[in-house]
Amino acid sequence: MTPAAAIRSGRRTSHRKSAPKVAQSKLKIRDLRKTYGPVVALAGAGLDLSEGEFLTLLGPSGSGKTTMLMMIAGLTQPDSGEVWIDGKLATYAPAHRRDIGMVFQNYALFPHLTVFENIAFPLRMRRLPEADIAREVGRVLDVVRLPGVGDRLPRALSGGQQQRIALARCIVYRPSIVLMDEPLGALDKKLRDQMELEIKRLHQELGITVLYVTHDQEEAMIMSDRICLMNDARIEQIGSPADLYFRPLTVFAADFLGESNLFNALVEGETGAEIALRGPAGALIRVARDPERPAARGRPVKVMVRPEMLTLLADGALADNVLDARLTQVILVGGVTKYYARLADGTLVSATALTRGPVAGVTPDSPIRLGWSKASGVILAGAERPR
Amino acid sequence: MTGASGVPAEPMRPVLGELPHRPRPAWRRTWAMVPIALFLVALFLYPVAQLLWLSIFDKSGGLTGDHYQRLFLSPVYLQVLRITLEVAGWTTALCILGGYPIAYLLATASRRTRDSLILWVLLPFWTSFLVRTFAWIVLLGRNGALNSALQTIGLTEEPTAFLYNMTGVMVGMVHALMPIAVLTMLSVMENIDRNLVPAAATMGARGGEAFWRIYFPLSLPGVAAAGLLVFITAIGFFITPALLGAPQQTMIAQIIIQQVMEMLNYPFAGAIAMLLLVTAIAVFYLYDRALGMSTLAGEATTGQLGGGTRGLVGRVFAGIGTLLTAALGRVTDGIAILWEALAGGRVDRPPRASGRVPLRVAVVLLLIFLAGPSFIIVPVSFTTEGFIEWPPKGISLKWYWAMINDQQWTKAIFRSLIVGFFTACLAMALGGPAAFFLARRRFAGKTAALAFILSPLILPRIVIAVALFYFYARLGLVDTELGLVLGHTVLALPYVVITVMAVLKNYDQRLDQAAASLGASPPRVLWYITVPVIKSGLIAAFLFAFVTSFDELTIALFMSSGISTTLPKQMWDDAIMKVSPLLAAVSTVLLFFVTLVILTAEYFQRRAGAKR
Repeated sequence: MTPAAAIRSGRRTSHRKSAPKVAQSKLKIRDLRKTYGPVVALAGAGLDLSEGEFLTLLGPSGSGKTTMLMMIAGLTQPDSGEVWIDGKLATYAPAHRRDIGMVFQNYALFPHLTVFENIAFPLRMRRLPEADIAREVGRVLDVVRLPGVGDRLPRALSGGQQQRIALARCIVYRPSIVLMDEPLGALDKKLRDQMELEIKRLHQELGITVLYVTHDQEEAMIMSDRICLMNDARIEQIGSPADLYFRPLTVFAADFLGESNLFNALVEGETGAEIALRGPAGALIRVARDPERPAARGRPVKVMVRPEMLTLLADGALADNVLDARLTQVILVGGVTKYYARLADGTLVSATALTRGPVAGVTPDSPIRLGWSKASGVILAGAERPR
Repeated sequence: MTGASGVPAEPMRPVLGELPHRPRPAWRRTWAMVPIALFLVALFLYPVAQLLWLSIFDKSGGLTGDHYQRLFLSPVYLQVLRITLEVAGWTTALCILGGYPIAYLLATASRRTRDSLILWVLLPFWTSFLVRTFAWIVLLGRNGALNSALQTIGLTEEPTAFLYNMTGVMVGMVHALMPIAVLTMLSVMENIDRNLVPAAATMGARGGEAFWRIYFPLSLPGVAAAGLLVFITAIGFFITPALLGAPQQTMIAQIIIQQVMEMLNYPFAGAIAMLLLVTAIAVFYLYDRALGMSTLAGEATTGQLGGGTRGLVGRVFAGIGTLLTAALGRVTDGIAILWEALAGGRVDRPPRASGRVPLRVAVVLLLIFLAGPSFIIVPVSFTTEGFIEWPPKGISLKWYWAMINDQQWTKAIFRSLIVGFFTACLAMALGGPAAFFLARRRFAGKTAALAFILSPLILPRIVIAVALFYFYARLGLVDTELGLVLGHTVLALPYVVITVMAVLKNYDQRLDQAAASLGASPPRVLWYITVPVIKSGLIAAFLFAFVTSFDELTIALFMSSGISTTLPKQMWDDAIMKVSPLLAAVSTVLLFFVTLVILTAEYFQRRAGAKR
């Protein structure tokens, strides 16, 4: 069935997230590469996106995420590699024949066309009958909860409303993949929070497959099924938000998502289910063994512990790992309180705890003990990338 | 706090003594606009108004319609009017047709391509109309380059008459005015969001449909603005029809010149000039009603012809427009599909040739048409013969020596340099502060103020020239350098204001605020912070003003005569007698000098832009 025929027959794309077992590959990328003169924009990336999935390309600017998106959309041509959309090779197919939808950063609403005509545009390109167009546009305006704005011009709408129209225009023709290029970048914080949930709702209700690009880690964590973290024209790590947060593979991944304490350490040996390391100021660090992270004896590594995993130990309390430190600063952020401390060798440590009333009994420069369980420490491959 | 960090514990002496506790008086906030306003009222508004007055009142002060009666009842003048409108209309159509692809390519190309290609539009834009017209005489004349080429390859036996007829006038006019059309359309197209066409593509639109349904409607205000400017410039044009046309192609501006120079019938010339002025204003009025003036300044467009509220007629036209663009889209795409079928589109390897190839070829040809012809005068200037022919015989510098040894020419060159320099100084002194004010302040009537300053650029130049001529005649300023400088400043001011405003648009005003908060008084902020940062833009503005004056013929035609001519005037006087190799030598010098100045100005302007 052609896309136009699919829309005409009113076929609902009924694959929900509830059936991931039969999910077929909507998008397959192999060794995709792009250079601009001497600058490598994307150095051979591979990626699979299954039906109904929400995958986010996350990374700092210049990490290659937008380049990858543009090549999937057919708006930039790769130097080499392959792009498969819906099981069909589409590496060099023109954008208009790929059956993808794209939401642009500044929405790219056509300023001379009404909201109705903007949303009708992809349907007109598919030569749908006028009656079907009216029905579909009306339906999708309801979906984005903006019925009755069809006669207006885009500039008469607020930023958030324009964003919804851009979404509506993109989902009205049920493309096989919806690409979104930092769609919330132009909105203020409050509206952005609202739209994050709105997009998540649309994704769940309609079962659409989304490839999303952002540099905002919080946005990525909230919305994604999986995150593809990008750095320096490469894919750093792909995994669920929890994977990336709790089991980062590299220092970059640990640093980019959330806050982290990174301790330099030397592997001393393995004992059963745990690895022993010599940490800063000669402290012994014990970390649960992870078969995916081999730790050879004598190798310098970094151990990452999230600040919220560190607890201020009461006198006499025990933990798998204990560090002696001196408090330098206590900051009440709101729901959490942050403790900054210094180890004997000068290493800075931060710990975060839920705020339970005004902080008392801790004064700057007072000695404290910080503890954490061996399960919450993660051995990182250092600065180098795992191959 | 601590002496160790080098910060003294004592606060420093404040820069200012007593602090004022009253708001600054109004004159101190608006002084920047006062000089330019006075200047333009005295040397532009008043003279033009006086011209109008002169044409409708007789010597005793009574109302008279004599001049207009004579104008409209004489078949000769009606014929001239008809020719003028006809030539202007065709020129406008052809300029837009040829200019659109250039502007489109420039607006959609990468920044580097755009920067290198736009020079080939800017150079002809700034090259003297006279030089470019001479070039066509050399190219299209009986013994010119084109005829000799045609006869050599045997296409024609006899020389074909390209000149002194409608063909010659049209070629010359389109060549003269197409750069204005390109630059005007470009300013609108550059404001069209570059994501719109890719967005249309992702939704399934082929190139043709994306262009006709999305890009083209959005670029229409640019087309209209270009049409307006070209048409108004064309109806006041005289150089091309005078040098490339026959008496049958006499245009209205030539009649004005004839009435002033030969018949000395000033009131009648005034009446004709007024007719031009009224036509121009009427066209403007229609344009404003249809599109609004803001599109002239290249502001973001919505492509909504006729504004938000449209009557029945407007809706019908909009409906027809939609159908038409949709149909054009399908036709274009039909061709594209055919082309793809022949070329064989593949998804597993990059397409061999981009769909923009035909566009690029067309634009390169158009740019050659625009920038190429001027250079034909270079070989001609080295001839040993005493007349212009193609191919030129021998190589000698004798015509250059003739130019240097002829006092008439050296004095004219010297005078043009002096007048150009002082014009640029005066235009900067008047226009610079005004540009600051317009770029930074918000006030009621800002658009009107800008329109007033820019109006000398848009009104037919011949009207301003005639008006100034009357005005000067009473003040004894005719044939003086001062008169020329003042007149040229009226014409140079728009360029200065536009250029300086463009630079200031990219200037981060927080730099000034930072300097002020650090204790710098406004003059010191200007001198130590603002001027150094925008220096390049100011130099560019100065050079543009200089070239405007250096190349100017219309005002010089009336204001300088006999021993006190400027270079363009001297060239014109020579050209209407006989186009000689000496003229080619002078033109070559002028061409290279102006090219050098414009390249320098462009260099500085880009440097100013790069600091963003």
